Amino acid sequence: MAEVNTGGGGGGGKHQKKRAKKLSTRIDMTPMVDLGFLLLTFFMLTTTFSQPKVIQLTPPVKSDDKTKIQDTLSLTLVLGKSDTVYYFKGRLSLNPDSNNVMQTNFSNDGLRKLVLNSNQFVMNSIKPLQDQHNANKVTDTAYARLLDKAEGNKYARFVIIKTDTNTKYINVIMALDEMNICNVGKYALIDANDDDMKMIADYKQKHKAK
Amino acid sequence: MPKIKLPRNSPSIDMTPMVDLAFLLVTFFMLTTKFRPEEPVKVVIPFSVTTTKIPDNVMTISIDSAGRVFFDMDGKDVRPQVLQAVMQKYKLPITTLDMSRFAVMGTFGVPVSQVKAYIEADDAQRKVMSNGASGIPMDTLKNDELLDWVTSGVEYGLADYNTKLANKQNTKAPSYAIKADGRARYKIIKQVIDICQKAGIQHFNLITSLKSMPKS
Repeated sequence: MAEVNTGGGGGGGKHQKKRAKKLSTRIDMTPMVDLGFLLLTFFMLTTTFSQPKVIQLTPPVKSDDKTKIQDTLSLTLVLGKSDTVYYFKGRLSLNPDSNNVMQTNFSNDGLRKLVLNSNQFVMNSIKPLQDQHNANKVTDTAYARLLDKAEGNKYARFVIIKTDTNTKYINVIMALDEMNICNVGKYALIDANDDDMKMIADYKQKHKAK
Repeated sequence: MPKIKLPRNSPSIDMTPMVDLAFLLVTFFMLTTKFRPEEPVKVVIPFSVTTTKIPDNVMTISIDSAGRVFFDMDGKDVRPQVLQAVMQKYKLPITTLDMSRFAVMGTFGVPVSQVKAYIEADDAQRKVMSNGASGIPMDTLKNDELLDWVTSGVEYGLADYNTKLANKQNTKAPSYAIKADGRARYKIIKQVIDICQKAGIQHFNLITSLKSMPKS
């Protein structure tokens, strides 16, 4: 009377023998899988893989800014506004009629070509190094050391990057990046002085007149 | 004739390998994900070919296109100390709750006088405050707030690093990064660099995104 029949309906009738109900060893994993994929989707969408990269910069402290550069080895870039670069080699001549100031831009044929050409001395000396490195004949560390040495050569071109009040940050980064690309090891980032500004003004005036 | 018994196909397929894979991926993403608090400012960083990765334990000064300056630093233990030091200097009150909220807060760019309100605000209000603010003031000769933040940040960051080093805890030397928008004027970045130099920082990391090396 008080028996609870857990066996369900079916098997009653003929089979009198009591049989333990076979329980399935499988559990329903669907909810767990749902949750799993939900989490997977969430993490996939929120993850950012591209870690930002950095340009390392160690600006000189004001007081010990006494480095002397040989005039013949210097190339000065003055970053103007709207992506223009004024440049001159050696010392700035204040004579407005002199032709040593030129203008260029940040394109491959502009600044890249200019810096590469000016840095020919270093480029020539690192060419065999690069070839060896590409052929896996030198280790990365040895290559980096030799590259540093070549870039720091006494006769390597020294690039002076001058910035003005209107210079955009992106242009500074582009100029620093060119130094990296063109293997210029010696460069400095300083403010443009009045002479530089006057030179640019002269240059603009002269070219407007033409 | 006996009937040929066809093997019954189970309608459920074995999902175990798929589940294994799914959870493997979940674990992977969980471990690699680094949650960052939402940044109140949009900074479009310029591209460069450099492949140096940004170091850990970094103090970041962000500069947006309008030249507004924002401050942020890593280190949950250090941040409350920095906040306390700066607030004390300006003789402003701060509670322990504010300090613990500040520990997990992201980058901010409001004057010291508004910092308490900013910490206590929710995300939406913070956004409004950030948009209305002119960044951390740094051009006044009398109250150079950025200098105070950076000085405290350097001081407590180094102190924390040294204690952890002495206790043989896992730590990284603090480093300093500038995350500036390409459209910002370099003059502002230069000003920030000068201020940081005053606070004793010598090496800077200018944050850029990667672009491929041009073929020479």
